[in-house]
Formats: sequence, structure tokens, C-alpha cells
Amino acid sequence: MSVFDGLKFRKVYSPIHNLDPRIKFVYVCVIFVAAIIFGEILPLAALFMIQVPFVVLAGVKREWLRSLRGAVFLAAIIFLTNFIVSFITAGYTVIAGNVESAAALTLRFVVLVESFSVFFLTTSPDHLGLALEQTHVPYEFSFAFTTAVRFVPVLAEEAQTIMDAQKARGLELEKGNLLKRIRNYIPVLIPLIVSAIRRSLELAEAMESRAWGATKKRTNLYVLKMRRGDFVLMGITIGILAAAILTRLYVTIPTLTQLLEGVF
Amino acid sequence: MIEVQDVYFTYPNGVEALKGISLTVKKGEFVAIMGQNGAGKTTLVKHFNGLLKPSKGRVLVDGTETTKVSVATLARNVGFVFQNPDHQLFSETVEQEISFALKNFGFKENVIEKRVTWALNLLGLTQYEKTSPFMLSGGERKRVALASILAWDPTTLILDEPTIGQDHQQKEKLRQFILQMQTQEKTIIIVTHDVEFVAECNPRIMLMRDGKIVADGEGKEILTNPEVLSEASIVLPQIAEIFMQLSDTGLPRNVIDIYKAREILLKTLEKNPK
Repeated sequence: MSVFDGLKFRKVYSPIHNLDPRIKFVYVCVIFVAAIIFGEILPLAALFMIQVPFVVLAGVKREWLRSLRGAVFLAAIIFLTNFIVSFITAGYTVIAGNVESAAALTLRFVVLVESFSVFFLTTSPDHLGLALEQTHVPYEFSFAFTTAVRFVPVLAEEAQTIMDAQKARGLELEKGNLLKRIRNYIPVLIPLIVSAIRRSLELAEAMESRAWGATKKRTNLYVLKMRRGDFVLMGITIGILAAAILTRLYVTIPTLTQLLEGVF
Repeated sequence: MIEVQDVYFTYPNGVEALKGISLTVKKGEFVAIMGQNGAGKTTLVKHFNGLLKPSKGRVLVDGTETTKVSVATLARNVGFVFQNPDHQLFSETVEQEISFALKNFGFKENVIEKRVTWALNLLGLTQYEKTSPFMLSGGERKRVALASILAWDPTTLILDEPTIGQDHQQKEKLRQFILQMQTQEKTIIIVTHDVEFVAECNPRIMLMRDGKIVADGEGKEILTNPEVLSEASIVLPQIAEIFMQLSDTGLPRNVIDIYKAREILLKTLEKNPK
């Protein structure tokens, strides 16, 4: 469950934590867009590096590394599938360019995970809900969203208990080939999903019995306000977006393979 | 036999849940581990089938150190029934649910069939053989979970909070069932808050508090000792409470059994017919 650990919010104070969640969200979206418009390894590596100062500033290095470690398995699958497909379409030969593009796609995934992780590590669920509400997202949706986020650690804990319960019945999760291993998780996933659904129904009933949605117009104790740091981040965000678009349009990005061939 | 030798356990998040626990549970013993929430009861019993490994110290199950073998190997002899049946039920039918562990342990097909029938019968679930476990009531689901563990006939049975969400009749059935298991020399360990249930069963009691065992002994002694109980934030069982209150009239204090109580009270009434 290390992936979830990488998304768990802990209350700390840092310049990044205090930023307006709306701007942070836009920033993450821009990183997303940039990661998707580039398929080459160099700009993706640059995008990866851009996040590092944020992580350091926010002081969440450990958690961030853990989330990256959690993503290793999926990243490996992405690399392998891309590599195998290109391997087959290239006529069963290994071409350096193909390896590189598979690596680039994997890096794209890592960048997505990384920026997501930075966002969730530094934004409290309450802040997030506030941001959604104050951008006029209907309260039902923003509430559903914050609840989902808030229940991630609960679910992770529950998954651990379920794994223990099934291990106590002789289930060996790490046994067998890949397919068998995936199937080993069925006895864990079904109780997890069932209990999540059950819990959501119970939550809905509990909330309705406490008059949820009784008032149409809600007010908030805290109101989000843009501060200096937020404008700085907004500037950086716009900068990244502009740079990404301009590079995409006007610069031909060499692949690593081409660069290396140029050197040798 | 379970031997715990000076065990410490710290969770990855830094919480120190066990602080130097030593105990021995002999074959065929019936033990109740009690204490308030967060005292480390469940953490302790999770060491008995290797789900958790001690950070320091050793746990030996039938002479084997738990760090040396897999949970599956230990589970073959130590059955662990979790508190919430919903954390383990996943099959389409009750029958499949019960055969799951048997398949994991590599029983033969014809043996599995017989054992499933046996376990269903034992817990009065035969009519639900082909029903989805999710359609059953809470108490029934709890019984399915129990049946799914009993099916492989482990020599030691750990029950985590077996009485939660059970009505009185079910509790009585559970008690009878434990007594029956006792006659077969099974080791039974229950983790519970339920003082009344424990008083009725009269097992050996271990009281835990803050990751330590604060008392270990017979039910009759521990459940009638208010000082020890309050240390573990447990209240006296009702019968013990009554005898406590009446103790200045010369009645004995250490009574938790309803039959014993009746006997004593009758005798007193005979002496003072007014």
C-alpha cells in the first residue's frame, strides 16, 4: 500500500503547504498537459526535475520517494508492454529508439504520479474541498471528492486487515507466476470493494439523518485568498505552459539516441 | 503450545504496541486476553500465527520460531478468526468460502467436500450451502467466518472479539461451542472486552494495558479484583459486583459463576429466613 502512503496528507507548515490549492491544482494540470504533449525523454526529464525543488521546499521528500517507489511496479509494466509492442512491430529486433520511447512513456507516467503526489502531500483534504467549493463546483461533487480522498488511508488500512485475514486462511499473495499472483488478490479486492460500498451507504444514511443538504446556500469559515506566493506559482505555471507550447511548436527535440549518435 | 519470550513490537508508524511480553499458553488451555482498546491485544495475538513478527524477542509456536516459517505454515495449526467477517468473505457461495482455505492448504478434493459438509453442519449453516455469504445476516456471516477456519481443524483457535454484534443466544451457543472444543484438547484464545461472557466461560485471563500484561490468572481471582480490573479499565462482572457490595455481610467475594452464586445465596437465605 506504499502508493497510498505517498498520497497521505500530514499536517506540516511549509511555503508549499500554504499555497492556494486552486493554483496548485492548475499547476499540476499544466504539468499533466506538458507531460502529455511531449513524448521525448529530454523534456520529460526536465518536467521531472522541475518538481524536485517543490518537494524539497515542502519537506516531504520521504513520503514522495515512497510514492515513487510504489509506482515502480506499474512503471515496469508500462515499460515492458511498450517495449514488447515496439519490439514486435519492429520485426523482432531491439532498436535503441524503441527502448528510448518506451522509457519516455514510462517517465511520463512517473511525472504524472510525481506531480499528483506533490499535490496531495501538500494539500489537506479540507483545503481541497474549500478550493472546489469556491470555484463554484456544486457542493455535492466537492463533498464526494473530499470524502473519497479522506477515505483513502482508511481503505488502505482496511486492505491491510483483509490481507491479514486471508493470509490467516493460508493465502500466499507472493506465490505463483504473474497471472496467479494477480488472481491471488481477488480474495483481498472483493471484501475491500464490498466494504467500501457498504460504508458509503452507511455514510450517506448517517449524513442524511444529520440533515445534509438542508440549506441551499452554504457559507465557509475560511475563505481562500491569493497571496504573494500564489502569484509566484501562477507565474511559474504560466511560464511552464508557455515554454512547453512554444517548444512543442517551434523546436524539434532530439531524442537521446540522436544526441548520442551525434557525439560518437 | 505458544511461548512468547520478552516480545516487543513497534508498528512502522512508530507506535510501540507491545513492551516486553512473556507468556506461555499450553496445549488445551482456554485463555481470554482482555484490556481496553489499544492495549495491544490484537497485536499480541497476531504474533501467534506469524502475521506480525516481533521487533525484539521470540515467539515459538509448537517449538517453531515464527520468524522462520510462513504465515500459511503456521496457520495450518493456528486458526485465526478475525473480528469482522466482512474482512474475509468474498466467495459466491458459503460452500466455496469454506473450501477456500482448504484449497490453499492443499487438501484433496474429496476431503474438502467432507470437511465443508462437516463445518457447515457444526455451525448450523447447512441450509446456506449455496447462498451468497453477502446475503446473510451479521451473526450468520460471523458463523461462516468461523466455519471457514474450523474446516481445516486447527489445533489452536484464536477468536478476536467473537461476541461483538451477537445476541445473547448466539453468545451462549458460542460458549457451548468453545466448551466442546475444549473437550477435544484444542487451545482456545479469545480477545474480548465482554466481561460477562468471560465470567460465564471462566477461562484463564490475561489483562493487558499499554502493551504489557498486568495480570495473569484464574477468572475467579482476576474478575473479582477491582483494583486489578480498574488498571485495565474493565468493570466487574455483575455477579462479582453484587458479591462485592454484599461482602460486609460476610458473603465471599470471589464469585463470578451464576450457579455458585445461587448456592451461596440460598444457603444464606436458609440461615436467615426473614
